[in-house]
Parts: sequence; structure tokens; C-alpha cells
Amino acid sequence: MTLALPLTKAIIARRPRRRRISFAIGIVLMVAFIVLAIVPGWFAPYDPLAFDYQAIMHPPSWMHPFGTDNFGRDILSRTIWATRIDMQIAIFSTLFPLIFGTFIGALVGYYGGWLDAVFGRMVDLLISFPFLVIVIALIAMLGPVIGLGLKCMYIAVSIVGWVFYAQLMRADVQVQKQSDYAAAARVLGYTEPRIIFRHLLPNAITPIVVYWMTDMALDILLGSSLGYLGLGAQPPTAEWGVIIADGKNFMSTAWWMSVFPGIAIVLAGVGFSLVGDGLADILRRRG
Amino acid sequence: MNAGAFTAQNVQTEPVLSIRNLRVAFGSTRGALVAVDGVDLDVRSGEVLGIAGESGSGKSVTLRAILGLIRAPGQATGQVLWRGKDLMTLPKGELRRVRGGEIGIIFQEPMTALNPVLTVGMQIRENLKEHTTLDAAGREKRAVELMDHVGIPAAKSRLDDYPHQFSGGMRQRAMIAIALASNPKLLLADEPTTALDVTIQDQILKLILRLRSEMNMSVVLVTHDLGVIAQTCDRLAVMYAGRIVETGPVTALFKSPRHAYTLGLLNSVPRGDLVRQPLSSISGQPPLLFQLPPGCAFAPRCRFMTEACNAAKPPLVAIDADHRAACIHHADVAKAS
Amino acid sequence: MNAESGALITVAGLEMRFARKRSAADRLAGRPQQIVHALNGVSFAVRRGETLGIVGESGCGKSTLARCLVRLHQPDAGRVDYAGTDVLALEGAARRAYHRRVQMVFQDPYSSLNPRMTVGQTLAEAIRFHKLREGAGVAARVVELLDLVRLPSDSAERYPHEFSGGQRQRIGIARALAVEPECLIADELVSALDVSVQAQVINLLLELQERLHLTVLFIAHDLRLVRHISHRVAVMYLGAIVELAETEILFSRPAHPYTAALLKAAPELDPARRSVVDAVRGELPSPLAVPSGCPFHPRCPYVMERCRVEPPLLTERGLLHIAACHLDRLPS
Repeated sequence: MTLALPLTKAIIARRPRRRRISFAIGIVLMVAFIVLAIVPGWFAPYDPLAFDYQAIMHPPSWMHPFGTDNFGRDILSRTIWATRIDMQIAIFSTLFPLIFGTFIGALVGYYGGWLDAVFGRMVDLLISFPFLVIVIALIAMLGPVIGLGLKCMYIAVSIVGWVFYAQLMRADVQVQKQSDYAAAARVLGYTEPRIIFRHLLPNAITPIVVYWMTDMALDILLGSSLGYLGLGAQPPTAEWGVIIADGKNFMSTAWWMSVFPGIAIVLAGVGFSLVGDGLADILRRRG
Repeated sequence: MNAGAFTAQNVQTEPVLSIRNLRVAFGSTRGALVAVDGVDLDVRSGEVLGIAGESGSGKSVTLRAILGLIRAPGQATGQVLWRGKDLMTLPKGELRRVRGGEIGIIFQEPMTALNPVLTVGMQIRENLKEHTTLDAAGREKRAVELMDHVGIPAAKSRLDDYPHQFSGGMRQRAMIAIALASNPKLLLADEPTTALDVTIQDQILKLILRLRSEMNMSVVLVTHDLGVIAQTCDRLAVMYAGRIVETGPVTALFKSPRHAYTLGLLNSVPRGDLVRQPLSSISGQPPLLFQLPPGCAFAPRCRFMTEACNAAKPPLVAIDADHRAACIHHADVAKAS
Repeated sequence: MNAESGALITVAGLEMRFARKRSAADRLAGRPQQIVHALNGVSFAVRRGETLGIVGESGCGKSTLARCLVRLHQPDAGRVDYAGTDVLALEGAARRAYHRRVQMVFQDPYSSLNPRMTVGQTLAEAIRFHKLREGAGVAARVVELLDLVRLPSDSAERYPHEFSGGQRQRIGIARALAVEPECLIADELVSALDVSVQAQVINLLLELQERLHLTVLFIAHDLRLVRHISHRVAVMYLGAIVELAETEILFSRPAHPYTAALLKAAPELDPARRSVVDAVRGELPSPLAVPSGCPFHPRCPYVMERCRVEPPLLTERGLLHIAACHLDRLPS
């Protein structure tokens, strides 16, 4: 119906009020965490590694807003310093999957054929296992070779993580390939790499960006889970999951040791998700 | 069959449908988007009234407003008098009886207007059940009759087919059969043939005209195709930016249009003479409903425009007994056509 | 028409079939593979400098034909010659050179432009890729092209969604002209536009054809428009050309029953002339099931026994007038 265009504009014009607020909240959270990651020293009141035998397992107080752990370490400072590690986890766990997955997905989506068949089977195989289980299995294999720790985790996550990006990219590229502007590019004689990467990819990128934000949040959770299991960051590196793990034996007596880093994980995840949603809105409005 | 059966011989001048001051607005943060701005229309018994216009003219919205099909964030106000009752103020139950009962409606895209998970037979029987007093056997018989009547071959077996099993033209016929099940006195048709090929369009339009005569039905036909108007309509209302700019008998409007937009539309269609010469075109494009000027909405594109045109929206003035145009310079337009 | 009469494009026996994918269920049930016969032996020639109109309804193959000519599809059989060279076999640099000479403008103004590139970027890319200008010359050429299609020069910085449908078609034309083609294929150029805007774009096309000496293939279903701008018109039905003639001859003395039916069906603008009889009976057959013999025979008012078995060949009916029908001429 020809009323569709002005009506759609009218509806979108009403949404920003709610959307803008949530986008703003997301940005604020992300910026806060990034700042904490860069200069934790400005905010952390204590040295995260300093033991204080005078203040073992103190509940939250003015001196220690998040309380202390069984070594007297200030939970607030540990949580703040851990931000840097968790932000690194978010970025390094997703970087290779993002780039490699986008690249492969675009090729598979464009060329189809046997490439698509092979890729399809690979995806089927991978999604039949829970992601965490595969990652643990990979870490178990790589661990003895390169040593446990964050690097091991990054490699394990990257080996399987790229597939999801590739899947998204493949689907969207297949759709974009049918459009008239793609046909026009072929009629203009453009080479296939140019068509794929200069024309189709930028139009297929929106779901990738949104997924990337969500993936970062999920990988923080993953890192924390692995840290909790002892398969991620190794002590004494303070990472939210590790801090939670340290407090697992004291849940009933010193709940603050695990709860506050847990809240940090939640807030980081929410921040990334809201930013992802907002970006999706912006990108969609342009197209 | 002579052409007389297709002309408005049986038309009485007392309107069966009277629209007064119809206004449809959609709210948004930028203020109300007014799709239909004070439309007055009469539909007479047995006539085919065409509503012509381009994107943003409000013609489809007008049609839907008649049957109360406008949903939030849209709001329709005004009066729609159907056989003495105001459809805008009818209680829901009564309006439902009119909708699909006394007034039928067919749309442009049968694939989206027909329920894809119900067979055509079920949809016809549903309408019959809702709006007639026939029993099951009677409904079955009538359903086959209707399919036959609209020209679907092997009607009985086709009743059990789903919409996607019909071709485009057949689907449109099926939609007409469903709409006719309740013997409506008025058929609203929203661009019924726009999506069809020209030979099929021809068949469907002629079918609608035949049914109009046989069932003594009135038809309101919304379209942007002037050829369709010329071949099927008795009277015409031309809409632009939500308002009616000219209305009258089709022969009169085509021979001597009195609004610059009607004139421009008629001139911009190639007529088979002056081949390969530039067509006379209307400059600019149809306005965005957000940015309507205070005076006549067509003024920015009009070659007869003067300052007076921007002062206020021109009202419809009577040119003839039945011919009205919303233009203060209609005499100039007459000289040019 | 002041054109050299040499044929610029010669198409001979073009065939194109699309196989519909069969599901596992279809295979198990032993159902034969459904094949869409989009083009069934199309042959014609386009003369340099002329406008050839191609009309037909759904399933006639006119869009498939257009796409074969610009190598978006690879036909299954037949030959396409451009200025004497077989273009279906071209690859690499020779193929790019061909793309410079024959360009296409698409129907849908809302999907034919890359939404993520500004108008200027779209035009500049075409210019740079084919090395037609370099450095500051590119921007100057972009301004020239925008001027050619009567768009303001600040359009270069804007994105397609900021323009109306008619303006987007002009941008599409500018993009096609950016590579300086000799031949332009317009596939339903104005079908998606409002009537008042159609005339503007058609006028632009006429003007550009004069100025740039373009050969134009105008594909449309609107007979009035095709009549207005074409020198010759070809009528297609179910993947084949059924008639080809100079415009006025086709419209006044058609030799094929389908052409006559199309002309009758197209709604005339004169309210005084109304017909009550259907122009042609029956449904449009699907290219999945092309009738035997003459494809039009199930709907033809003059059908004979011969028509059901023997497909008619294109024969000469007069000067530059060919039609495929067993009747010598239509009863008037």
C-alpha cells in the first residue's frame, strides 16, 4: 500500500523515546566498563592482591563496600581490576570469529554449491553439541600442549565460534545476492570479490554487528564459567568468574564474595546487549 | 448483449452511500499525518464510481474507512451513511453484519487477502453462513453457483482447492465469489486488477460490470489506471493528497477536466499521436503527507497557480449539475483542455 | 528514423530452461522434474539507433531475455551477436568491454540501488572501475551525469533512501550511462512509478536517446507507452516472439491473434468506446507446461486442427513484419 512509507516513518518516529533511553543506558554501561578496564587504579580503593589479615570475610561496609574475602582482599577492588581481564576476554574471544566467520560466510553465501553443502554439514555437527561442552573439550586437548589460561581459552573459543558468524553472514548474503543492485553490479562488469565485499557484505553486516555485541556478553559469561571451573584465567589473575569461584565455598557465610562479581557480569552483559539493539536500529534506519 | 447493459441506465440519483467530512489521521511524534482530509462522496444505486489517484492520495484509506477497517494508530472521523445508518457509530455487532454482508470488499492482492490455510470453498461457506439463512445443503449449492458465476471452470472440484493452487486471475475471481456470497448491494474494489496481466485484467473488469448489472449492485472502484476508469466507471472522483479535487461523470471529466491535476494526468498518458515526442508531464512529485502546503496541495506543481492558491484550501465548486472541481482557476483549466 | 540500418544485436534461437528444485518427497514419489521453459527459441535483430519495444504478459520471458542479453543468465542454447561478436562466450577483459557497451536499468527503484553507498560513490565506482576518468576528473564526471538525468549536483552526497521513486530511476539511468554504453536495456523502467512521474522519466529517456545516440530495448507491459517510444515492437508469448513489426503497423494491422487480443484488452482512454466481450478467453498458461503446437492455440479464437500439432514459424508478412501463425492474415 502506498501509505506504507509515510506510516512506517510515523511509527519509527515514535520509537526512539524508549529505544534511545535503552541505547543510552547501554552506552553508559559500556563506557563505564571500558574506563574501569583502562584505568582501574583510579577507582579501586585497595590493591587487589593485598592480603589483610585484620579484615577477613568482612561483610559490606563503608571501608569495604563489597566486603572482603577469606584473605582480606577487598572485593570491590578485585572486581574493578578484573574488568580489564573480562573486557579483554570479550574482545579477544570474538575478534577472530568475527573476521574469519564474516569472510567465510560471505563466500559460502555467494557461491553456494558444494561449499554450501560442506559448510551446512559442519554447522549441523557443531550445533548438536552445547557450546560450553565443545570448548571444554578443546581446552582439555590444548591445555597440555600450550598450558591452561586465557590464551588457551581464546584459541578454543575461536576454533568453533566463527561458525555462528559465518551462518548469519551466509543467510544474509544469499538474500542480498538476489537484489537488483547486486544484479546491476554484475551487469556493470564488476569482479566477484568486489561484488561480495564492497556491495553485498556492507548490506549484510547488521545482524553480524548485533550478534557480535551479544557474543561479547556471552563470552564474558563463558570466560567466567571456565574461570569458575579452573579452565580459564588462572590464579592469581583476577577475573570475575575466578572471583566467584573463590567464593563458592563460602556462599552461606560470605555471600558478598560471589554476588558482587556476579552483578558485574550481569551489568556488562546488559550493557553490550542494549548497545547491540541500538546499533541494529541505527543500521536498519539507514538502509 | 448490447453495451446498454453496461451503462448507468438503472441509476437512481438518490445515493445509497453518503460520505460526509471523512477524515483519517495517523498520529506520530511529528504531528498527525492526515491521509484523508474532509472527503464528501455519494455512491448511487447501480453505478460504478471510480476513485482515481496516485501514491499518497488517500484513495485506499478512504475505502477502508467506509467499512471501519482503519486500526490504531489511525483514527477515522466523519459520517458514512449507508441506507440511513451511520457506519461510523454503529455498534460492533451491527457493523460486522454490514461488513461482508451488505457491503463486500475485494483487494489488490488475493494472495494476502484470502486465508491461505482455508480452502476457497470454506471461505465462501463461511460468508454464506455469516450473512445468509441457507442451510448446509443450500450453502453447498450456492457455493458452486457462485464459483460458476464468476467463471471458474470445474467449480465443484475447485471448491476444495487452496488459494495458492489458483492462478492470479482465478484467485481474483475466487475473491469476488466470496465477496458476492452475501448478495451485497455495494462492492468496494481496491485496485482489484493492478496486479494482473492485461488480458486477465480485461476479463475481471468485464466480469465485475456483468455482475453489477445482474445483481443491481453499486461498485466503488479504486485505481490509478485512467484506462480502467474510462472503460468501467460511470462517475469519477479524483483524489490528491487526501482530498477530492474533481468529481463528475467520466465522459465530462475526460472531455473537459476542470482541475489542473486531472488535466495533467490525462495529458501525461500517451495517446497514440505525436509518437516519440516528449509527453506533457506534471513537474515535481506527489507530496509527502508530512509536508503539505497550507493552501491547495497541488499548487507547487500547477501551471495555473497564483498567490491566491496558497491562501486556503479551495472548496469544491459546482461546474455543472453533476461536475465539481476544487480549483479557483477552473475556467483557465477549461480553456487549456 | 535517422539510423544506420546495420544490426547491432542479433539474437538467434535463444533457449533458456530453469529446473525447479525437487524435494526428497518428490523424488520418492517419482514425480518428473518440473522445468520452466522461459525462452523457447527467440530470434530477432536490433538495429543501431532504434528503440525496440518488447511486450508480453507474465511468463512470456521478456525479462529472462533481457537478462540473457546482459549475461546475468547463461542461456542453454542459441547465439547472441553484438556488432558481429559472439557475446555468450566472452570472459575476462573482453566481457568487461561488452558490459561497457550494453547496460541495463532495472524495474524496482527501491532495490536497484545499493542502500549503503551514496549516489556519488555508486557513480564514481563505475567510472573508476572502467578507467574512464581519473583523479579530479571522476568527481567532475559525476556532476555531469547527474546533470544529464536532471538531478541536482548535491545528490552525490545523499543516500538512495532520501530520494523518491522517480528520482531513483534517474539515478539508475545515470549509473548505466556512467560507462558510456551504446545500448540501454530498460526492463519495466517506469512500471513501479506513479503515472505523473512516468511521463517525466520517459521524456528523459527520449531526450537521452537523441543526445547520446543510444539504441534502446524497452521492455514493458504497458502497450500505450511502448507504442509511444518504440520504432519497432516485438510481442512475446510463452518464451517466443510471435510478432515483430514497425510500431504503427503492429498497432493497426496485427497479424497474430495474440497481438490483436492484447490490443483489444488494453483499456482505452476513450469512455465512449467500450466493449462488452472479453478480449481473449482462458488463463495465461504457465511456462511449466507449454501447450503443444502453437502455444496460443488453447485461447485462440481462430484455432484450427493444424495449430494443435504444428508450431508455426516466423514468416514475413510485409516489409519488416514477421509473425508466427498458420493464418495468412487475421479476419478483420
